[in-house]
Parts: sequence; structure tokens; C-alpha cells
Amino acid sequence: MKLITAVVQPDTVPAVQQALGELGVLGMTLAEVQGYGRQGGHTEVYRGVRHSVELVSKTRLDVVVEDESAERAVTAVADAARTGTVGDGKVWVTTVDTAVRVRTGERGSAAV
Amino acid sequence: MNSGDTAWVLVSAALVLLMTPGLAFFYGGMVRDKSVLNMLMMSVSSIGVVGVVWLLYGYSAAFGPDLGAGLLGDPLRHFGLAGLLGSGSLQQTVPSAAYVAFQAMFAIIAVALISGAIADRARFGPWLLFVALWVTVVYLPVAHWVFNADTEDAAGNVVQRGGWIVNQLGAVDFAGGTAVHINAGAAGLVLALLLGKRLGWPGEPMRPHNVPLVMLGAGLLWFGWFGFNAGSALAAGTTSAVVFVTTLGATCAAMLGWMLVERLRDGRATTLGAASGIVAGLVAITPACSAVTVPGALVVGLVAGALCALAVGLKYRLGFDDSLDVVGVHLVGGLAGTLLVGLFASDSAPAGVSGLLYGGGFGQLGKQALAAVAVLAYSLVLTLVLGWLISRTVGFRLPAQHEIDGVDGVEHAETAYHFGGGAPHHRTAETAHATTRVGTTQTQETAR
Repeated sequence: MKLITAVVQPDTVPAVQQALGELGVLGMTLAEVQGYGRQGGHTEVYRGVRHSVELVSKTRLDVVVEDESAERAVTAVADAARTGTVGDGKVWVTTVDTAVRVRTGERGSAAV
Repeated sequence: MNSGDTAWVLVSAALVLLMTPGLAFFYGGMVRDKSVLNMLMMSVSSIGVVGVVWLLYGYSAAFGPDLGAGLLGDPLRHFGLAGLLGSGSLQQTVPSAAYVAFQAMFAIIAVALISGAIADRARFGPWLLFVALWVTVVYLPVAHWVFNADTEDAAGNVVQRGGWIVNQLGAVDFAGGTAVHINAGAAGLVLALLLGKRLGWPGEPMRPHNVPLVMLGAGLLWFGWFGFNAGSALAAGTTSAVVFVTTLGATCAAMLGWMLVERLRDGRATTLGAASGIVAGLVAITPACSAVTVPGALVVGLVAGALCALAVGLKYRLGFDDSLDVVGVHLVGGLAGTLLVGLFASDSAPAGVSGLLYGGGFGQLGKQALAAVAVLAYSLVLTLVLGWLISRTVGFRLPAQHEIDGVDGVEHAETAYHFGGGAPHHRTAETAHATTRVGTTQTQETAR
């Protein structure tokens, strides 16, 4: 099993959800996160005072899939999240030792 | 007694009351999320404290018969509104009680305005003490000077003497540019200096946590301000209507003036700037609203909006942490409006005086300047004495760790926003968190 983690522009989340849904991926976990990469931050002005906002809002999503689905899922996420501008985010993949479905106690692939 | 006038004054009193919750939101949106509740409470608690003071002896000290030299009214003559509730007790054409209610709201908002200068770092109990003392020692005398006109009988003989600025000096301050705004602005400056800078200021960014809340507050202030200014006519008639439109015009021009400065200086006109411009314009037209015609009102507003937009930067140059710009908006705006009466007053406006640019010479300008300086100086000195006494006895400023934790948690045992993790079955964890911060096991949530 593989854990696919993606940090993407919040606006692209519906497209990512749809792309994964079409591959039969049935669940994901989302979190609103803040961070910075090459995009850097931006500047805001309040009553004439400049505030440099270094952390940018992103959405982080975690999906666990079977090994053989991982490559297609990664491509689907990256394609759906791409706007072509700086700040589109990152996707990375890690190997998962096991998984447990809390309700039934099933383990491994059956739990995903 | 005139029922139309009475209705207008009562409605105006309610409008002016709404300004203080409006101010609470205006200020509350500008602070960080860890101190928004305290910011709301500093304004709202002023309603409670000043309301009681006002009904007991406040009205009497401000509007009772003069004790001598036009400096203070008799605080005991109408203690608890004695002698004012009968059907024969009138202030011009309205019942005295209506005037008591209307003027109560002015005292309330005057002291609430000061709170913006010491956001994020004042202890709540000492603030309540300050509110009671400041209204008593600073506001009541100044309101007497500015608002308590001599009462004359039908033959024109003075039957009850009032305050020196409105009667002997003859300065025009229709609704409180001196008594409310210069007064509160000067007090804000003193307290900001006395309590010192917030930890991290000015290096750390202290962004407004909720700009929509600021605009909501500005809207409520503007709405209520029509009662503040047009209600000060104490009659539903020409003066109130003219004051209404000069208030409208100046505020519109001030908003545009502030946005113009921002566009030229910072590159963008901002929401916070528009909200601030609205308030700056309202402040500046307050003393002038009965004395100028429409062109004058537009100039007063435009000048005030642009001037205050520039003035809010002063604190960074001079190094005082007037957190929410009480000085830059209320002191500067109040001074601008009070002095501009001396330039733009037109004898075709209800007040019937002529300023320098309308052929009146320097006379009115001198009176305006003297009134402004007198209130400014009195407020600076007496606020310093009161603030110093409170600091030296009970202590005014929060301990550093409490300021870092956030004043909402330590002074009120509350959090404004639960973003995530706030589901009811997590109450135990939340309570543990709250008790750690408060240092007591007697929190509200435990009691539940």
C-alpha cells in the first residue's frame, strides 16, 4: 500500500476529488494547512503599514491506495491540481506498512 | 413640550447607544484573535459603568446649575435624577429625562473610544475603575463646559448658568468634537504612553484579525452618528435636517480622501482604509455640522480623511503604541473639525457664525483654538494623574505572560473562535486547556 500526500491550491480540491473518484479511490483526508515554497508569501497593507505574509494557505490531502493504483493516482492528483502557476504544490508517495479499518478490525488491503 | 422633538431625541438616544457596540466591533476586528473579546468588553462594559454613574450624579455634574466660573455643575442638585422626572421638567421642548438619556450615550462612547489606544494589554478590573474615574473627573466637567448652555427665561434673563466654552467663550462645538473626540483622543495618547508598547510592537506583525467586523462596526457607527449629530439639535426641524446632510457629505468625502491617500501612497485603496475614513469624517464634522454649508462640509470631510490617513503613521515615527489609532483618528480628526469651523463656518448655516473664509475674520478661529487647547490640556493632565494612580495602586497593565497568552483567556476565561476540534464531546480536553490558562478550576465550563 502507498500513502499519497499532496499539498495543493485549495481551489483545486474539487477537481482532485473528482479525478480520484473516477479511479475508484473511495476516501481521502483533507486538512487546511499553511506553508511556503518557491511561491513565497505576499504583502498586505493595513493603515499604511506593510505586513509581509510569508505563509500561504494550502490544502493537504492524504490518500492510501493499493500499490498497483499508486502511479495512476499520483498522475491524476497532479494533473487535476495543476494550474500552471508558481504555488501549485507538491505530491509525494510513501510506503505504508499496514492499515486497519476501525469498525471491523480488517487489516491490510481489505482495510483501504 | 413638543412630541415631535421628544420622539426625535428619544430615537437619537437609542441611535447613539448603538454606536458603542458598533465601536466595539470596529475595534474588535482590528485586534488579534486572542484579544477580540476583551476589546468588545472594554466598550460594552463602559455602557454599564457610565450608565450608572450618569443616572446617579453624572448628569447633574454636567448639566446641573453651575457651581461657579462655568467649570462644573452641581453633582447633588439632580442626584438620582431628583427633580427631573416630573411632567414640568423640560430641556427646551423635550422632557429632561429624554435629554438625560441622550447625553448619557455621549459620556458612554467618549470613554469607550479611549480603549482602542491600549488594546491587548490592559487588565479588565482596573479598566472599569478607570472608566468610572475618567468620566467623573474628566468627562463631566468638560461636558459642562461645552454642552451646558445657559438657561434663559422668556425675557432673556439667565435663570441657570452653564459652562464657559459654550456661553462665555462662544466656540462652536455642536455635538462634541472637543468634549468627546479631542478629550478621548488626548486620554488615549496618555494611556498608550503610560501602559507602554505591546510586546513585540512595532517589529511583529499585528494584523487585524477580522476586517469585515471592522466594516460592520463602521457602518453601525455611521448609522448611530446621525443621532449623535442631528439629535444634538434637540428638535425635529431644519437644524437637525441640515446637520444630517452635512454629516452625510463630510463622511462620504472623508472616505474618499482616505482611500485616495492609500491609492497614491500604498498602491491600493483598502477596506480598512474606507472604514477608517468613514470614522475620521464623522469625527471631524461632529463639531462643525451646524456651522458649515455643504461645500464646507465636503472640504472638512476631505481634509479630515486625508489628514487622518497620514496621521496614523505618526505613532511609528514617534514610537508610541496607540494600538488602534485613537490619536490619529479622534484627536487629529477632532482638532481638524474644531479648527476648520473657524475657517469654513458660514452664517447661512444654522449656527449663524462666519469663519475666516466666509468674511468673519480671525475671531471665530481663535475661539475654536482656545476651546480645543483647553480641552486637550485638561484631558492630558487629568488622564495622566488618573492613569498614574491606577498603575501605582492596583496596576493597569497585564503581566507579560498573560499578554502573550492573550487577554481573552486570562481576563475573561473565554475564546472568541473555536476553529476545529470544538466538538461538544471534547469538552473535557477544552476545560483542561482553559483551566491551565486561567490558573483556576472554577471556569464556566467546569460549572456546566
